[in-house]
Amino acid sequence: MSPAPQRAAQLSVDALDVAYGDFQVLWEASLRVEAGEIVAVLGPNGAGKSTLVNAISGLLRPRAGSVVFEGHRIDAMPAHRRAGLGIAHVLERRRLFPFLTVHDNVLLGAHNARARPQREETLARLETLLPLLKTRRAQLAHTLSGGEQQMVAIARGLMARPKLLMIDEPFLGLAPMMVAEIGELVRRIRDEQGIGVLFIEQNVELSLRLADRGVVLESGRTVLSGPSAELLRSAEVKRIFLGEFA
Amino acid sequence: MTLLRVNAITKRFGGITANRGITFDVASGELVGIIGPNGAGKSTLFECISGFYAPDEGWVELEGTRLAGLSPDLVCRRGIARTFQKLRPFQGMTVAENVMVGALTRTKDVKHAREQAHEWLRRVGLIEKANAHARTLSTGQRKRLELARALATGPRVLLLDEVTGGVDQRSIPALVDLVRELHAGGLTLLVIEHNMRVVTAVAQRIVALHMGEVIADGETAAVARSPKVVEAYLGQAYVA
Repeated sequence: MSPAPQRAAQLSVDALDVAYGDFQVLWEASLRVEAGEIVAVLGPNGAGKSTLVNAISGLLRPRAGSVVFEGHRIDAMPAHRRAGLGIAHVLERRRLFPFLTVHDNVLLGAHNARARPQREETLARLETLLPLLKTRRAQLAHTLSGGEQQMVAIARGLMARPKLLMIDEPFLGLAPMMVAEIGELVRRIRDEQGIGVLFIEQNVELSLRLADRGVVLESGRTVLSGPSAELLRSAEVKRIFLGEFA
Repeated sequence: MTLLRVNAITKRFGGITANRGITFDVASGELVGIIGPNGAGKSTLFECISGFYAPDEGWVELEGTRLAGLSPDLVCRRGIARTFQKLRPFQGMTVAENVMVGALTRTKDVKHAREQAHEWLRRVGLIEKANAHARTLSTGQRKRLELARALATGPRVLLLDEVTGGVDQRSIPALVDLVRELHAGGLTLLVIEHNMRVVTAVAQRIVALHMGEVIADGETAAVARSPKVVEAYLGQAYVA
């Protein structure tokens, strides 16, 4: 399913340095995503996964390096303009507006100028993909289960009509049944809507079984990337997560 | 000689069992790494050992004496000190005053406590910040401050929760050296650590937790290679 590698990447991150004050988290991090690809960002706790995704969506500004999306240099752009170009970011722990309804949460995703005029149409399409948008329409977001909240958060992201959907820890805290369901949702978003998905996840095997490719961060550096099948056999992945003795 | 015994500790939060029958002994002078994927129950175990949580079942013994029912301050006076994953220095106090709080659990002499505080600040490499307010410190410096404060209580067992977590890569080697030095000085340590390179660099023995249970306990290299540990961290695909 992976597109041929010679095509220009949809997203390309090069030599990105990101720091919080004097605490540098990313060191020359690099990443490529082809259009319509599912890519997993992996790494032990504190490796810099969320920082990388936050720097792509514009929540953080890099100190050095570049982020190019569909030919546009975006690393100095404010986050809302990046959303307008087609990058949606589903935040870690969903971050829904707890006291808004499912419907209102989802509509807020269509804020950018490209998405707003088509929001009814987008919503209708999403209701087929995620029936709970209809059945739970008037329910307050905080009364949903974790998995349902994740679905609404993903729907809110899709309402922006993104070309690339980034999800930070889609499976965090979910029961195994729900993990399978969200995994299937990610697959359908790519297969049925042609939207590429970049996601962060702690569970290595689960991620690689879902993704076309994986990128592994270790201590703020992107040390490894490759097709999932390759990484699933990699002794290097074992070393990164379990140390020299593994 | 067994200094610390963790005996069948179970801790539940509603329907979630964070620790399930956790049992292991720590000999005097040992440095034991506690590892496990996110949510394995590592921090909960530290909360139980240090008296912040009362376990639902089981107990902790220090030199054969049960610590059941003791509040954290009394556990500390018995000789078990800890640092926190989410740092908790006293923000309004100076760095030296923070460490003096630790020292004052052992002495009523303020002057003596101040001298000890300065001595520990020298040891952890924070002496030049002695008069700064704790809130002005960077994460790495606050980690050192918590370490000095815990050491100033004169512990027999020191629990370190993620001592390198959130610390700039460049500061990690110095922290690792410090942990090694403390161990070489005869201190007994339990070290929770996500960074496997750090654990394998300092610990001779590792206790691995997963879903609240001990899945491996033994020599560092053997635990890192244990199929259960590999599966817990990475999945079945990586088990050789």
